[in-house]
Amino acid sequence: MQGSVIAPSNDATVLLRRLEVEDFLFHEAELLDRWRLEQWLALFTADCRYVVPATDLPDGDPRVTLGLVDDDLTRLRGRVERLNSAKAYREFPWSRTRRLVTNVRVSGAADELRVTAAFAIYRYRKGDEQVLVGSYDYRLIATIEGLRIREKRSTLAAEALRPHGTVSIIL
Amino acid sequence: MAIAPIVPGLDEMIVDDRERGVFRVKRTAMTSDEVWALERDRIFDHCWLYVGHGSEIDQPGDYVRRQVAGRPLVLIRGRDGTVRVLYNSCTHRGARVCRQDAGNARSFQCFYHAWTFNTEGELVGVPDRDGYAEGVDLKALALRSVPRLASYRDFWFAAFDPDIEPLRDYLAGATEYIDLVVDQARDGMRILPGTHKYSCNANWKLMVENSVDGYHGAPLHHTYFAFLTSRGDDDGAKALRSDEARAYDLGNGHAVVDYPAPFPRAIARWHPIFGEEARDEIAEIRADLERRHGPERAYRMAETCRNLLIYPNLLLLDVAGLTIRSVWPVRPDYMELSGWALAPREEGPTRLQRRLEGFNLFLGPGGLATPDDIEALEACQEGFAATSEDYSDISRGMHRDAVTLDELQMRAFWREWQSNLLGAGHAAHDEGRRTQPVAG
Repeated sequence: MQGSVIAPSNDATVLLRRLEVEDFLFHEAELLDRWRLEQWLALFTADCRYVVPATDLPDGDPRVTLGLVDDDLTRLRGRVERLNSAKAYREFPWSRTRRLVTNVRVSGAADELRVTAAFAIYRYRKGDEQVLVGSYDYRLIATIEGLRIREKRSTLAAEALRPHGTVSIIL
Repeated sequence: MAIAPIVPGLDEMIVDDRERGVFRVKRTAMTSDEVWALERDRIFDHCWLYVGHGSEIDQPGDYVRRQVAGRPLVLIRGRDGTVRVLYNSCTHRGARVCRQDAGNARSFQCFYHAWTFNTEGELVGVPDRDGYAEGVDLKALALRSVPRLASYRDFWFAAFDPDIEPLRDYLAGATEYIDLVVDQARDGMRILPGTHKYSCNANWKLMVENSVDGYHGAPLHHTYFAFLTSRGDDDGAKALRSDEARAYDLGNGHAVVDYPAPFPRAIARWHPIFGEEARDEIAEIRADLERRHGPERAYRMAETCRNLLIYPNLLLLDVAGLTIRSVWPVRPDYMELSGWALAPREEGPTRLQRRLEGFNLFLGPGGLATPDDIEALEACQEGFAATSEDYSDISRGMHRDAVTLDELQMRAFWREWQSNLLGAGHAAHDEGRRTQPVAG
């Protein structure tokens, strides 16, 4: 878990902003659960980063340490193209997923919001149930088209991808 | 030694017909509990097994915990500077004394009764010592060490068989390929922080095969190669089909596929995904390799790849990234996998980032390729439920000098495997043995 603990707020502006952010995160989760990956990709900025750190190095810097995923927009697009293909065998047919996103906290200035949240992703495939639990760290920016993701970091709480095996879906 | 269970038909589990060019492995090899028990007794208790890399324990007192063939071990550089592999089990009542995955220790104090061991394993503290009679030899109660420990180029191996042959002899022809990887670094290699810890619901031998299998590259990893092609590369999968793409039996169960790189390589093959700004630096790395090793060896390091199997369960994959992968059976139908990234110590942030981007794209449980390997192995294991009395076919290329798309490298593994299980020592390895290292 990165960063400092955010104090609770009774400021209506702050709370309203959280509602706006929550709505955005719920929208994002729905796009992923429905496999609307092109729409999901459009939520990212041109200079974006999507990162999943290694389970034994949750605070690792993906530029100089080994992580599970470190995508810029080009690689993220490649990931989406792959998952939309019938030749991404780990996800063809697609798994069924349901993402629960909660414990949303917002901080940062208006030009770049820092958002943390908790996730539990239930994934069903080949008769198996997998639960992927962890925390999100987002850097979001406000644009005329709404909030956009500059960075999404999905940190798994699990100590190892066992028995999950892989991270074949987008967290 | 425990009496090994008899596995009926073990000598018929492999069909090795040189005349017809047919090689088959009975699928019970991947499903049977008896075979798995025999593998523990006759392979994992009698082979050199990879524990860790020296760079993980650079400083005196540095340690990493490792589970090797089911045994909890600690790889540690003692305060005396000596590397040891200690059993992570208190000599008093057996509790694990080292309680963290990695760190730097002055000593290990067992939390149960507070017995204390120094970094050399010696018992240095026993509360209420007067409670023990003179006949209790506390000096003899040091943490136990593995019977044999040795390293090659800073790769540390342990063996549970005190009479095992020296590591260098065991590694046979694999040393040429380890050298070819390690010599890429000017200042030595190091393991980067961060581990891929994952698993697969399939027999461990399927991952060993898969890790040196060139034949599956194009069909299974279509989405990965499509990504590279769409970003301006030539047809990467084609490289696997070139005349240069070979496979060799390296002796003692070790094997390699050795082929022109179909992917970007941080050492030192430029690719459009690295960006124009990287061209000059990659050319400089290449020039440095040529200065240090001559053009022929530099070419091999930069432009070719190798998937090296070190029998029984270690892979050194010098591909889109450079990774050490260890494969540990837990049950016949479940294995645990660990992957580490190796990099030359001299690499700074720019080169490291380029290296890791190439690595992550292909390799590991979050990459564009490895998840499909896992899926394929699980699909095989699922299929075995219907066909475990059938044979898997591993005949490819038996009638010719093997190429990367052939299956000689798997036959090398299986011949050694069967010979070990039958208690016959090393196999003959008389097909496709690499005898003459490439000059340079």
